Amino acid sequence: MTVESFIILLYILVLASYVGFELINKIPPTLHTPLMSGSNAISGITIVGAIIACNVLDYGSISKWLGMTALVLATVNVVGGYALTDRMLKMFKKK
Amino acid sequence: MSLLIQIAYLIASILFIIGIKMLGRTKSARKGNIVSSIGMFIAILATVIQVEAITLVDILICVIIGSAIGLFIAYKVQMTKVPEMVALFNGFGGLASLAVALADFWLNTQEKSLIIDQITGISVAISILIGGVTFTGSMVAFLKLNGKISGRAITFSGQHLINLILLIVSIGITVFALNNVSDPVYMIILAALSLILGILVVIPIGGADMPVVISLLNSYSGMAACATGFVLNNNVLIVAGALVGASGIILTQIMCKAMNRSLVNVLLGGFGQTTGNASQSDEPEIAVKEVGVEEAAQIFDSVSSLIIVPGYGMAVAQAQHAIRELSELCEKRNINVRFAIHPVAGRMPGHMNVLLAEANISYDKLIEMDEINDDFANTDLVFVVGANDVVNPAAKTNPKSPIFGMPVLNVEKAQTVIVTKRSMGKGYAGIENELFGADNCLMLFGDAKQTITKLVSELKEL
Repeated sequence: MTVESFIILLYILVLASYVGFELINKIPPTLHTPLMSGSNAISGITIVGAIIACNVLDYGSISKWLGMTALVLATVNVVGGYALTDRMLKMFKKK
Repeated sequence: MSLLIQIAYLIASILFIIGIKMLGRTKSARKGNIVSSIGMFIAILATVIQVEAITLVDILICVIIGSAIGLFIAYKVQMTKVPEMVALFNGFGGLASLAVALADFWLNTQEKSLIIDQITGISVAISILIGGVTFTGSMVAFLKLNGKISGRAITFSGQHLINLILLIVSIGITVFALNNVSDPVYMIILAALSLILGILVVIPIGGADMPVVISLLNSYSGMAACATGFVLNNNVLIVAGALVGASGIILTQIMCKAMNRSLVNVLLGGFGQTTGNASQSDEPEIAVKEVGVEEAAQIFDSVSSLIIVPGYGMAVAQAQHAIRELSELCEKRNINVRFAIHPVAGRMPGHMNVLLAEANISYDKLIEMDEINDDFANTDLVFVVGANDVVNPAAKTNPKSPIFGMPVLNVEKAQTVIVTKRSMGKGYAGIENELFGADNCLMLFGDAKQTITKLVSELKEL
């Protein structure tokens, strides 16, 4: 990675963090649990990294198996996370 | 990486941001989650397009296995278990980040025998360190909430020092790793150290602080994903990871304020029951007034305003449906019924709301502590169901109490308070509750679900 691309990625990190801070500030405690579950699902974005890591043709290589393990784990995180959050939010009804 | 892929990642990032924003309002929350999932789908699709066709089969198999496990857990689990499930999923994500960083490291240094640059090397180390701590930390949180490990704070002397030393050693190992980039042993040691550190940091934390821990670990898993993004030079990983990392920290901060603890205290690990343990054994037994279901029903019959305070006990007894029956019955009798929700009631903030929503109680009846706290003085009856520390007036009056300073619900200001619990057992903080001995407080002992069901049938007869 060049220094230039690193700097740009750093900018992205800073800006994304700021957005993250701002988004959460006004959320009522009622929604904290679904929010934690929902943001947990987003943290499963690691799945993207896992797919890339699987992109190895040699089945004997350690990196391939690490990648596939990561993929199963990350998928549980993503699918389970979104499903659980949806299940919770389905119930929020106003009469 | 082609322009199209980058644009897809950008769209995914935007959808995550919009999704989180929508998650913050009750009306749009469910849609927000769906928007965010579309973003995730786009990101996954854009990535799958980039890989070799042959590996698609492996990827598909892994995804199917993971989805099956995820869906099974998500739909089978009881709503009371939500906090530990979030911890479980979170832990898996952390481990995945660790594995991905290690995989890329292994691929480049061992299989391709390349030298990786310093920035990538540092990113690998950070990803491994945070990912490992997140994994074992989340697992410990999961087991504690599950009851498999004691919920008590497990402390031993010198543990802060040990944690600090471990952290310094980890940093040291990282330096070694970066100087000997072709030797994988350092990264592996780092992984092992991070797993141990995760356990040691969460073990000393007692039950009441678990929600804060889970929120913090949630944030860590985002940071781990972000670090992995630097390793793989992948924008969507960095953005989504940073979003989750930052929002997680703020949420943790909000929860700390609600419990009157500082975030620094939290970050040092080993918070919880560190001070103020002294008063327990020398406290005199509190004299309480007991009441039976029939008498309680008569009290319910005589009032015109009621506030129900749910706590973790209600969740354990699965009494939320019975409570709904009770509240509907009271409303038919023209009693004004509201629910007072303390920010840390239950295992996680908002947990009570989820449980009551599951019981079909309209969310506009659920009022937050700050809004409702002044109303207790004008309320005829408060019904405390399985809540303990959040209604303990010692938090306001007794500087020696471990919960001193924590904002609580002013239930003792109401005309009458009926508390239903199984026994005189202590709450999370492990202390006696002065409320129970107050003149206007009556104890209704028994399992919450059975008691309330009986209460409902008694009330119907009146």
